Amino acid sequence: MPELLQIEHIRKTFPGVIALDDVSFTVATGEIHTILGENGAGKSTLMNVLTGLYHPDSGKMCLDGTEVHFTSPRDSLACGIGMVHQHFMLVPAHSVFENILLALDKVPLLYNRKQYQQKIQKIIDTFELDLDLDTEVWKLSIGAQQWIELIKLLLRDCRLLILDEPTAVLTPQETDRLFRVLRLLQEQGKSIIFISHKMREVVEISDRVTVLKKGRSISTLDRGSFDREILAGLMIGQDKIPEWQKNLQMSENIVLDIRNLSVRNDRGLADLDQVSLQLKEGEILGIAGIAGNGQKALAEALTGLKPVTRGKIFAGEVDITHSTARSSYISGIAHIPEDRKSIGIAPDLDVADNLIMKSYKNPLFRRGFFQNRGAIRRNAEDKVSRFAIKTGPDGSPVRYLSGGNIQKVIIARELSENPRVLVALYPTRGLDIGSAEYIHKVIVEGAGRGMSTILIAEDLDELLKLSDRIAVMFRGRIIGYADPRRTTREEIGLMMSGERQDQAS
Amino acid sequence: MKLVIERRDTSSTLMRFAAPVASIFVALAFAGFLLLAAGINPLEAYREILIEAVGSTYGLSETLVKATPLILAGLGVSIAFRMQIWNIGAEGQIYIGAMGATWVALFSGLENHWMLMITMFSAAFICGGLWAGVAGFLRARWSVNEVIVTLLMNYIAILLVDYLVYGPWRDPQGFNFPLTAQFADAARFASFFDTRLHSGFFLALVFALLLYLFMERTVWGYQIKVIGSNPQAARYAGMRTGQAVFWVLFLSGAIAGVAGFSEVAGLQYRLQHGLSPGYGYTAIIIAWLARRSAIGVVIVSLLMGILLVGGDSLQMLWQLPIAFVYAFQGLILFFLLGSDFFIQYRLKLIRGIRHG
Ligand SMILES: Nc1ncnc2c1ncn2[C@@H]1O[C@H](COP(=O)(O)OP(=O)(O)OP(=O)(O)O)[C@@H](O)[C@H]1O
Ligand SMILES: [Mg+2]
Repeated sequence: MPELLQIEHIRKTFPGVIALDDVSFTVATGEIHTILGENGAGKSTLMNVLTGLYHPDSGKMCLDGTEVHFTSPRDSLACGIGMVHQHFMLVPAHSVFENILLALDKVPLLYNRKQYQQKIQKIIDTFELDLDLDTEVWKLSIGAQQWIELIKLLLRDCRLLILDEPTAVLTPQETDRLFRVLRLLQEQGKSIIFISHKMREVVEISDRVTVLKKGRSISTLDRGSFDREILAGLMIGQDKIPEWQKNLQMSENIVLDIRNLSVRNDRGLADLDQVSLQLKEGEILGIAGIAGNGQKALAEALTGLKPVTRGKIFAGEVDITHSTARSSYISGIAHIPEDRKSIGIAPDLDVADNLIMKSYKNPLFRRGFFQNRGAIRRNAEDKVSRFAIKTGPDGSPVRYLSGGNIQKVIIARELSENPRVLVALYPTRGLDIGSAEYIHKVIVEGAGRGMSTILIAEDLDELLKLSDRIAVMFRGRIIGYADPRRTTREEIGLMMSGERQDQAS
Repeated sequence: MKLVIERRDTSSTLMRFAAPVASIFVALAFAGFLLLAAGINPLEAYREILIEAVGSTYGLSETLVKATPLILAGLGVSIAFRMQIWNIGAEGQIYIGAMGATWVALFSGLENHWMLMITMFSAAFICGGLWAGVAGFLRARWSVNEVIVTLLMNYIAILLVDYLVYGPWRDPQGFNFPLTAQFADAARFASFFDTRLHSGFFLALVFALLLYLFMERTVWGYQIKVIGSNPQAARYAGMRTGQAVFWVLFLSGAIAGVAGFSEVAGLQYRLQHGLSPGYGYTAIIIAWLARRSAIGVVIVSLLMGILLVGGDSLQMLWQLPIAFVYAFQGLILFFLLGSDFFIQYRLKLIRGIRHG
C-alpha cells in the first residue's frame, strides 16, 4: 500500500508540559490506523498537530511524499485531512442542516437550500444514518451529534479522516454502524486514523496499531500480530492493574425508593414512564438500555436537574419528591454527568478549584468567608495522586487537560465526600484501561462501605462485572431485571431491544 | 511567500507583558509623525510629557488624581467582567454615587467629619449599587440583557443629575451655573502636599487590595470565578447564579459609585454638570486591558493618568488643539488594544510549501 502520510519525529511542548516527545508513524492509503495510548499520552495533541491546529516544535510531516506545513485546520482540510474532535464543535441552538452548512466553504450568499439538503440527505442515505436535518442540535444525543461532524467531513470529500475517540460516546449498536461506515469508506480508498480505549474495537477494526506512551511512539503492529492482551500489555507496561473483590452480602436497608416516577421531556413526551425502583444500601444497580430510553432522564430526575412530572421519591421513609429536604438530599448524591464539558467543570479554573466545586462550602475548605487555600491544595495533591490525574504545571486551567484526565477530575470530586448514593453515567467513558479498572475498584470499595450506586453504562461487560442487579430500560420504562451472575450479554441485548420482556423481576 | 495569521497555542507570559509595552512605543512612533507634521520635535515633546506627568510633585500628583476615579470605576467594571456580566454603566453609577454623597453633604445636617465621611461613603456605595442592581435584577429575573440596561441607565443618571443641578439643588449664589453649593470643610477629603492629591487615591488603593483578596481568597470570589467560567456547571454545583448576578452588579455599581463620592468629596466639592468626562467608559477599556485583575487595573489606570495629564500639557506647552490630544490618546489606546490581538495570534511568513 502506498504511504499517504508520513510523520517523523514530531515534538510538541506546552509551557511546562511535553505533550509529544518524539512521534513517528505512517498512514497508508485505504488503511484504518489506530493510535492507542493512556490518558494524556498525547493522542489528541498529535491529531491536532496533523490538522494544523497546533504547530509542532520540530519534526516533519509529509503528504504524498511532499513535506507540508499546516497553519490552520483550513489548510489541512484543503489537503483532504479532516477530523472529528473528542469534544464536538457544534452550535446547539441551530439545526443539523445549519450546522453542516456552517462548516462548508464557499456557500453562496443566496444558496439553493434544496440542493444542499439533497446532497446531505444522499450521504445520510448511503451510510444509513438516522438523522433529521431540521432538528436543533441540542435536542440530539451525543451519538447523533457525532454523525453531524462526520457528515461535514464526508461532504468535503476528505482523503484522511481522523476520529478522536468516536466510540466513547456511542452505544454498541451505533459503534457497529460506525464501523460499517468506516469499512465502506475504506473500500472507497480513504484512510482513517482511529483513536479508542476499547481493546475489543481496536482489535476488530484496525489494520495497524501504533502505541503511544508518554508522548513517544513506542511501536507499530500489523493486523495479525496483535490481540487484546498484547495491546494491553504494551500500553500498561510495568504498571500494575488495580485489583478488587466484590462484596457479596448486602444489607436489606432501602436507601432510595422510587415509585411510579414520570418525567416529561422538552417536546412534552414522556422520557420516563412510571418507573419504580428500589435501591438497597451498598448495592450496585446497573441500568442497561440503548441510549435515549430514559436512563439519562432517570439520572437527571434523581439529581434534581429535571423536574419530576409525576410519582414519588422516598429516601428511607421520607418523601422527598417535592419537599425542601430534596435539595439537601440531592447534595448527598454524587453524580457523574453524561455531558462532562458543559456541566462538569469550570474550564478556566485549575484542578484544585474544580475539585472543590461541590464542597467549597465545607468547613474543611474555608475559614469563615475565606477559603482555606492550604487545605484546597492538599486536597488536590491527594486526589491527583490517588486518581493518577495527569495535570499541567500548578494553576493551569482544567481545559488544557486531556479528555480522560478531565473525566478523572470529575470522578475524584464526586467521590470525595463519601456520598450515600452515586449516580454514575458512563463513568469510565474515555478512560484508559488502567484508569477504568481503578474507577471500578473505587465504586466497589464504596459499596463495601455502604455507598449505593446507580450505574448507567453502555458497556455490557462493565455492567455485568460490577452490578449486583441489572435493570433494563426500554422506551422510558424498566422492562425487567437480570441477575448478572446468571445472564448473558445476548440475553440482555434482547431485552434492551424490547424483544424480551423479563427474567423474574 | 505568504503572510498568514496564526493562532498561538498558548500565550506566553513574556508576550503578555512585552506586547503592551511594545504597542505603546509603536503608538508613540505614529503620534511622532503627527507631531512632526505640526512642526514639533517628537522626542522633545515626549520628554516634556513625561516630566509633566511624573517628573514633578505637581505633575505626579495630578496623574494620581486623574487615576483615582479610573481605578475605582475600573475595579467595579472588572469584577462584573469576571463573571461575564457586562456592566457598561459605570459612568451612570459614578453620577448616582456622587449624587448620593452630595445629598448627605448638603442636606443631612451632619457636621462631624468622620460621621459625614462614613455616611457619604455609604450613600454613594448603596446608590451606585442599587442603580446597577436594577440591571442585575432584570437580568436574573427575566434574562434582560444587562448591556442594554446598564448603558441606557447612564443617560437617565446623567440627566437626573442635570435636573438636580439645574433645578432643585442649584446653588443660589452660583450665578446660574449648573452646580450645587460647595460642601462644608467637614464633608471634604483631606488633601496632601499642597496639591490636589486627596484621600480618594488611597481609598482606591485600599479597594484594589480588598477586591484582590475578595476575588482570590474568599468563597464569594470563588463562586464568581466558577459562574464566570461556566454558569451551567455552577448551577449544577448548587450555586445560586441569579442571586450572584444581582450581587455582583450591585458590588460593581457600588464601587463605581464610590468613584463618584471620591470625585465630589476630594476634588470638586460639589455636584455639577459634566462631573465625569467619561471615566466610566474609560474604565471599561481599563478593565479589559488589565485582564480583569485588580492589580492590573491600578497599573493601567496610572498609565492612563499619565496619558491624560501629558495630553493636557501638550495642549498648554505647544498650543496644540485639543483634537490633537484626543488623537494622541486614541492612537495609544488603539495600539494597546491591538496588542491584545498579538498576544493571541501571530503573523508568520511562509514560503509556498502548502499544497492542495
Ligand atoms: N493546550 C494545551 N496547553 C497545555 N497543555 C496541554 C494542552 N493540550 C494538551 N496538553 C497536555 O498534553 C498532554 C497530552 O494531552 P492529550 O490531550 O494529547 O492526551 P490524550 O492522549 O488525547 O489523552 P486522553 O486519552 O485522555 O484523551 C496532557 O498532559 C495535557 O495536559
Ligand atoms: Mg484525547
